Parts: sequence; C-alpha cells; structure tokens
Amino acid sequence: MSASAIQRMNYDDALAAFDPVLGLETHVELGTASKMFCGCATEFGGDPNTQVCPVCLGLPGSMPVVNGAAVESTIRMGLALNCSIASWCRFARKNYFYPDMPKDYQVSQYDEPLCTDGFLDVVVDTEDGPREFRVEIERVHMEEDTGKLTHAGGDTGRIHGADYSLVDYNRAGIPLIEIVTKPIVGAGALAPIVARAYVTELRDLMRALGVSDVRMDQGSLRCDVNVSLAPAGEPWGTRSETKNVNSLRSVERAVRFEIERQAAVLTGGGRVIQETRHFHEDTGETTPGRSKEHAEDYRYFPEPDLVPVAPSAEWIEELRGTLPEVPSARRARLQAEWGISDLEMQTLVNAEALELVEQTIAHGVDQAAARKWWTGEFTRIANEQGVALADLGVTPAHIGRVEALIADGSLTDKLARQVFEGVIAGEGDVDDVVAARGLVVVGDDSTLLAAIETALAEQPDVAEKIRGGKVQAAGAIVGAVMKATKGQADAAKVRSLLLEHLGVDG
Amino acid sequence: MAPVMDGDLIRQDAATLSAALASGEVTSQEITQACLDRISQVDDEVHAFLYVDTDAAMATARDIDSRRAAGQELGPLAGIPLALKDVLTMRGVPTTCGSRILEGWRPPYDSTIVEKLRAADVVVLGKTNMDEFAMGSSTEHSGYGPTRNPWDLERIPGGSGGGSAAALAAFEAPLAIGTDTGGSIRQPASVTGTVGVKPTYGAVSRYGLVALASSLDQAGPCARTVMDAAMLHEVMAGYDPRDSTSINAPVPDVVAAARNADVRGMRIGLVRELGGEGYQAGVREQFDNAVRVLTDLGAEVVEVSCPHFDYALGAYYLILPSEASSNLARFDGMRYGLRAGDDGSASVEEVMARTREEGFGAEVKRRIMLGTYALSSGYYDAYYGQAQKVRTLISRDFAEAFDQVDVLISPTTPTTAFKIGEKVDDPLAMYLNDIATIPVNLAGNCAMSVPIGLASEDGLPVGLQIMAPAQGDDRLYRVGAALEQALLDKRGHALIEEVPSL
Amino acid sequence: MCSWSKGSKPCCKDEVMANITREQVQHLAHLARLELTEEETEHYAGQLSAIVDAVERVSEVAADDIPPTSHPVPMTNVFREDVARPGLNRADVEAGAPSWEDDRFRVPRILGEE
Repeated sequence: MSASAIQRMNYDDALAAFDPVLGLETHVELGTASKMFCGCATEFGGDPNTQVCPVCLGLPGSMPVVNGAAVESTIRMGLALNCSIASWCRFARKNYFYPDMPKDYQVSQYDEPLCTDGFLDVVVDTEDGPREFRVEIERVHMEEDTGKLTHAGGDTGRIHGADYSLVDYNRAGIPLIEIVTKPIVGAGALAPIVARAYVTELRDLMRALGVSDVRMDQGSLRCDVNVSLAPAGEPWGTRSETKNVNSLRSVERAVRFEIERQAAVLTGGGRVIQETRHFHEDTGETTPGRSKEHAEDYRYFPEPDLVPVAPSAEWIEELRGTLPEVPSARRARLQAEWGISDLEMQTLVNAEALELVEQTIAHGVDQAAARKWWTGEFTRIANEQGVALADLGVTPAHIGRVEALIADGSLTDKLARQVFEGVIAGEGDVDDVVAARGLVVVGDDSTLLAAIETALAEQPDVAEKIRGGKVQAAGAIVGAVMKATKGQADAAKVRSLLLEHLGVDG
Repeated sequence: MAPVMDGDLIRQDAATLSAALASGEVTSQEITQACLDRISQVDDEVHAFLYVDTDAAMATARDIDSRRAAGQELGPLAGIPLALKDVLTMRGVPTTCGSRILEGWRPPYDSTIVEKLRAADVVVLGKTNMDEFAMGSSTEHSGYGPTRNPWDLERIPGGSGGGSAAALAAFEAPLAIGTDTGGSIRQPASVTGTVGVKPTYGAVSRYGLVALASSLDQAGPCARTVMDAAMLHEVMAGYDPRDSTSINAPVPDVVAAARNADVRGMRIGLVRELGGEGYQAGVREQFDNAVRVLTDLGAEVVEVSCPHFDYALGAYYLILPSEASSNLARFDGMRYGLRAGDDGSASVEEVMARTREEGFGAEVKRRIMLGTYALSSGYYDAYYGQAQKVRTLISRDFAEAFDQVDVLISPTTPTTAFKIGEKVDDPLAMYLNDIATIPVNLAGNCAMSVPIGLASEDGLPVGLQIMAPAQGDDRLYRVGAALEQALLDKRGHALIEEVPSL
Repeated sequence: MCSWSKGSKPCCKDEVMANITREQVQHLAHLARLELTEEETEHYAGQLSAIVDAVERVSEVAADDIPPTSHPVPMTNVFREDVARPGLNRADVEAGAPSWEDDRFRVPRILGEE
C-alpha cells in the first residue's frame, strides 16, 4: 500500500522507553425497528434508497421526532456500564458538510450526554495468569448514522482515485450510540490486548442487553482507536486516531502498530502529529488520512427542533430492573457451577466457546465433555480452516447426539471425531454421516475375535512376546485390528479380548 | 333567500363567501375562477404569485361543488381560495422559498398545513412570493423579483411574506398563509392594510415548513378581516406528532373570540419601549387614535415597560442567523435543487461551494456568514450564548407585563411602506423594520396586526400590533375584532376598500 | 442616535469596533461552503463588522446567573413508538435528484479521507 516502509520500533524496546495511553471510541448501531428520528425501517442490506423519507433525507421542511426505544436502550447501556444517567439533557447539532450527511449537520449530543462516568472491567491473559483492568467510561451518548458512500471510477473502490461517488441513504438516521472511554493508562505492554478485551467485553455486553447485533463485519459495532505514548515518567504525548478498525483482531494490531510507529518517531527525534489515520487489514499498518487546511469547527448548538430528554428517576429504576446478568457475572457463576479454574474459564473465553459450551450442556452433555470438544478438537479445526468456531458447522445439538451415541456404546471417541469431520464437511446430520460412512462401533465379540486371530496369524511372534510378559506388544495386534475394522472397533475392548484370548492378565 | 354577497366576488371576505357557498348562492368554481381571472389581470404588476396552480385549483373547486351538491356536509372554509407562501411544501407543486437554489423543485410530500387545508377543502390557488428563505422585510430579496404593494406599486409590500399580503390587498385571494420569524406576517399586514397573525409558537405544525430559524418560525393566517383570520387559524392550528415542538393542547376558540369582540373591562398595556422616537409621525398619530377608540370601547389602557425589549433586535440578529446557517446547510446540490459547477472534474467541495454561491442571494449569504461567525468556536458564549440569555429576559418582561394586563399593544412597524430600492442595500436599516415585532418571536407568545388607518403624510396603511400570552391567541381576536368593528363603524367602510384600483 | 443603540455604545456609521477581516470572511465562507468573489469578500467584511457591532450590545445586559432559553416551549420527553412504516417511493426520491446512478445519488469526487 505505501511506497516507503513506515518506521517501526521493536515492541519490547518501545515499551521499555514509553508508556502507552489508549482511548477507545466505539459506535454501536442499535437494532431498533425504526430510525432515530423517523419511522423508516432499519434492515441491513435493503435495496438502496428504499428506506428513506423526508426526515432522514433531510428534505426541506422535514422535522425529527425521537425514537423512545433508542433512549431506553441508551439508558440501559449506560446503566450496564455503571454510568450516571443525566436527569436532563439535550441533543445538539454538529455542523459539517459531507455528501453522506443529508442535512450537512448531524444530530448528536455535545456537552450534555445522556450517560457519564462509568466503567467496564475486563480480564486479560498474562504470563502471570489472568489480570483484571477497569476501563473507565467518559460518556455514552445518542446520535444518528450517515448514509453509505461507494466510490466509483477508480481501481480500488476507495476514495483515492475515484472519479465520483454514489450515496445510499438507507443507513442515514439509524440510531448510533457512541461510547467513549477515559484515557486508559497503566496497561503497559498489555495495551493491545486490553484494547481488544475491552471491545470484546463491550460487544458481549451489548449482546446480552439485546440492543444491537454488534457485528463489526456489518458495521453495527465500530471502533476508533486513539494511542499516544508518554516517555516514561513524563506527561502524556500527542495522540493519533485510527479508523477503519473492523475486527477485534484489528483493534489489537492497530494499537500495537501505533505504539511501534510512534516510538520510532519519538526515538528518532521527531514529533507525533495529531491526526486521523487509516488501518489497513492486509498489512496491519496505519497510514495518514488527508491533512486538513482548516481545523474542523463543528459549531455545536442545542438542537432547536427537539426538546430536552429528562428521564425520571422512576423510569431509570424500572430500566435498571431489566438489565440482564452481565457477562462477567455470568462467567463467575458458570465457573463456580462447573467447578473449573480461572485458567480453564479463560481458555473458554479466549476460544469464544463459552456460549457454545452452555448450549451444548443444555443438550444433555456433561460440562467437561462439552468443554473438551469445543476448546480441543473444534478449536483446532477452526484454526486450521481459518473460520470462527460458531461458523464451523457443528452445533451443540450435534454434540448432544454424538455423546448419546458414545454413551450407549455405538460410537467411540475416535469414531466420534470422524463423525464430526463428516458433519463439518457438510455430509449431513450425525445419523446421516454415521450411516453413510458406516461409522459404527464393531463391538460384536465374534467379529473382533476373528480379526484378532487374523492379526495374530500375521504377526506370530507377538503372541510369544505377550505371553512372555511384554503386554505392551499387544498394541501391534490392537493396531492391526483397528486398521482391519477401519477404526471402528473399540480399541479397549479389542485389547481386553486379545489378552483374554491369550490367557494373560492385562 | 336574501343574497349574502354585495358587490364583486373577489372583494368578499371568506366568512361571507362561506355563507354564500352554503346557501348555494355561489359555487366554488365561480369564486375560484374569479380569483384566477383577477390574478391574470393584475399579477403582472403586483407579482404576488410565483406559481398559479390553475388546473389543480379548478379541479379541487369542481370536486367540492359536486360533493356539496350531492348533500355532503362540508367545513366552513370548503371551496374558498387561498394563497400559500412558497415556503410550505406541497406535493408535486413547485416550492422555491423565493430562492433560485430550489428553482423547479417539486416536493414529494405535503406539509401538515397543506394536509389540513386539503382536509378542510380549501382551494389552494398557488404559491406566493417571499424574501429568499424568509430573510427580509420587503420581499426585495426574492430570487424572482420583488412584489409590489397594491397601495402604491413603487413601494414594498413588506416581507418576508409580501406576496401573501399583496395577494389579499389586490383581491387576488380572500385568504392567505404566511410564516413569521421576526414579523414576516405582521409587518406585511401592517403596510398593506390587512390582518396577519403569528400564533403561539408550537400552535401550528412546522412539519413541511422550510426552516429559517427553528426556535422562532411559526406559520399563521392572513386575511382582510379578523374573523376570516380566525376561521383560517382554526383550520391551520393543532397538535402534530410529526413536529416535536408542537403543543399538545386544544386550540383556543378564536372564532368565538372574534365573534365576541368585547373589550369592556380588559386591561391593555402600551409598551413604552415600542413607539416614540424612530416611529413615523403619521404612524404614531393613527396609533394614538386607535388607543382612544379602545378606551372608548371600555378597555383600560395603561403604560407598561419592557426594558429588555431594547436588546431584542440584537439578540434576534444573532439567534436567527445562527439557526439559519445550520438549517440552510442542506442546500448543497447533492440531493435536490440546483447543482452548479459539476463538470466531471470538480470536487464535491467545489460543487457545493459553487452551487451555494450561485443559488443564494446576498442577504442569505450575509446571514449565513453572520450565523457561522456567531456559532464558531471562541465566539459562541459571547454571541449565541448571550443572545439566548436576552431571550430569557424578554420572556420575563412579557410575563411581568401580562401579570398586569391582558394584552399589550404597539404600532406594528415604525414606518409605512417605503419605496422599493430605498433600504435594500442597507441591512441595518432594513432590520429596524422588525423592531416591534421581534420580541414576540423571541418569547414564543402570539401577536396580531390589524389595520387601523392611513398615515396622514403619505396615505399609506398603518397597523396596530396586539400581543397576548402564549396560548392566549383568543385574546388577539377579541381585541382585534372589537377594534376593527369600531373603526369600520367610524369610517363607514372597511379600510381596504380605499386601496387604489389596479 | 440610531434605534439599534438606545444605550451607551456607538454603532453603525460611528466608530466601528468589531473588525471582521477579509481573512475571517474567507474562513467563514469556507466553513459555510460559499465560493465568494473577491468583491463580495470585501463587501461582506464591512457589512458583517457593522452588524456585529450592533448586535454586540447583547453582552451589556446578560449576567452569568441568567439561564439561556433554547426553546420557547418548556416541554420535555417527546418520543415516538419504535414502529417501522413505509417512507418515500424511490421514484419520488430519484425525481428530485440532480444526478442519479445505480439507484443512488451520484455526487462529485470526494477528496481525501473516508
């Protein structure tokens, strides 16, 4: 992407010389049925410009009316983030010109946000075990989303080199809730993973609240990353803002890159420029956005077409009662219920398997088995295939069925893996795969004995060794029988039959 | 049955037409055609209209007549023609707001006011001329040329709603609708000898009213008589859930108040700060005469002081441009209206700036920049922030005054109609026209201008302004109707009858 | 003494105190996306200075303890139900558009960042 390589300092060296300070701004697109200020539908992926009206198109004479459900969701989000809820606040106009802005001002909140001063606790893995961080929240406020631009005429589909652009206003006016952290200090070398953990935890919290899909790939969760470096012991440095951070992994990578980049600049005697940068998924680097001649002056003033929002104490308490169990509390509860260690819980969280395990248990599977499958076999396969665990194609219901078959002796653990392999490959349901591939435990004693005798006949010296006391030599016969039965014999059973046949105690 | 009407159709007031339509003495088509003929006859000179919706108006009239003939119950204004200020959206009909930046734009939706007019079976004749985006006091800032005052075609009809007022004074329509942000209904009414009302802020829906200053704008009725204005007020006003600033309360019974027209025992306050120096002698003379009439009718007139009214003009010319600069940002050539300079190589920034430069007139550009300045960082507290405090003080002045009196009165404007071209290049002088009307917009209460006579120096109409508390609109009509009747009795005819023939 | 200034400060053609420069006008014109001519820039600088002088007297009066009024009507909590309803037909939207392509508004090239 860039012509000349961007200077980076080695990460450890950077952390030795500087303290990173982070700020994260996330935008959550609410899953309300209608837009923030009008009744247009909010479906994702609709035909362009079919979910618009005079209000969200900003036609002359149009007027906004606040979506009560959006206010409700914002209050719940604020309460879940331990914020104070304003007893009285207003919307404000943020004035600037851009083609995706129908009114050339955005209705937002300025010096009177609905929620302030909260926190979110996150846990990260360190060499010394899990460590908790409290990320303080500055504010949570309401605003409206813009239209969607596509750029035409150039090669890349990006702005640079495009001849013109096309605008779809379906998205314009969808409720957008902005969550801004206070500066995150003291994370040190853990800064990138603290950032990632925060966004992850925030996402899970929003899901638990049911206020949004929070899908970074669909833009219903967006994150801007602010990073600055302070020379050890000195006050904070100049920060950069990085946009286009479209996945949890990108959050981590963007923070790490900015630390390395800024450290190189500062060590080289330069100064960090306060600017907005763009994250590139392919290279993991950030590049500068276009520098502006004039600083933006948004000329905020209270929105005269809307009246203040003044939630009563009763309403706030009523909403507090609707808060679900927050993810951290849920994790603590499950950990206690299952009797597992911090490390084991952290493994589940890291693998993004917690909910899947819960659902698997609901299908009658023991918690240890559920965890084993999800964090062991399936995580391995998911990593190999480069997909998310939830997208593998294996469901908790599948595991439930397989475990039932193992329990009644129809499947061994080894056969089960083959069954799952088939399910993942799309060959069908558990029973379909078992039937199609003939994956049934060969448990019939006479069949097994026949195979054992064949194997013994082919390896005559083994019988002598076993009788002579080298019981482990049985492995060769068991292996041969497994091969002959295409792995469908129960290995343990084969071994005990073999030893019995030879008249040896195993 | 004895005929209700006397004289030309076009000179009848709406109340009379309503009775005549109900009795079958006349049809809506006849009235509408008469108005359309009048427009053809005089509007080349007057230029009150930007667009005449001939076919649609006649079709509506025809439909109403047939429904009436079939025995359907129709409302009091059914079949009566009306001129609509070009700042209100009407589906499929050109809406320019007096600006070239919206030349040819046909909105895809009706304003709530138009919906109400359609539901009331009012016949909308067309759209009237105005100062561009309602910024002005003379209609000289229209992008389509000025409107002329029927009393003297060399003079301004007032602004920003000069077209609506002139249409009434030229007998082109019995009813009109205007909008008032700083006096744009009342001042034109005053200089054309007609009646104009700015209802309480929030009483009439702003949905579909192209915004100038959102916290000041209000649409209102314009007519030749107080009763006509009351009938129209009743149709226009009412709660609208599509407007977040709309008042969810019943409309005061303004028609009953106009009929009542009794000021005995009422306390009327003369605002010391509005009148005196700076007001034309002939205006003061007529005003003093009207005060005597009110006293004779049994009202008690006292002087009250509203000291912060002296700061109203300054506050207004900070608040209005600030809100307007934001409201007019949407006119950027991207989604509707004029787009200039898009030659395939120009950037979006260049096209936006060229479009706005070409599409907006000088007064609009001036106020946009003034507003941008007042809101810009470092200046907000000193300008916009301060102006909003003055607003509080003015509201308090009104509140204290209305503790003592039922209504306040003043001359509507300091002068009668001035000549076209006289003040157009002097913004500060132009702004002074609004000095008496602005306080009511800042506080959000209601006011009316009624014609009271002709100034002796120039024979031009003078208006008296009545101000009432918020939601006290009925008081305007009670006092206005009383004064109107008393003056008519003294004169022997309505003042508007003295307008020269065109 | 003009009606703008019944108080103490001079205004209008008297001593002009606010000085809005050409550069400031250019900056305001950029913020407001107005491509002014040289002549306009000069002209507006003078007029804006005079107007600002006249309105500046609002600072004479208001003390810190006076709350600002942003809304003449003292209402709060005006909300609507979260129900989706149909909006405009796309044909109507297209009909007003200066330029349209591929079911979208076509706009000139945007320089710089997204």
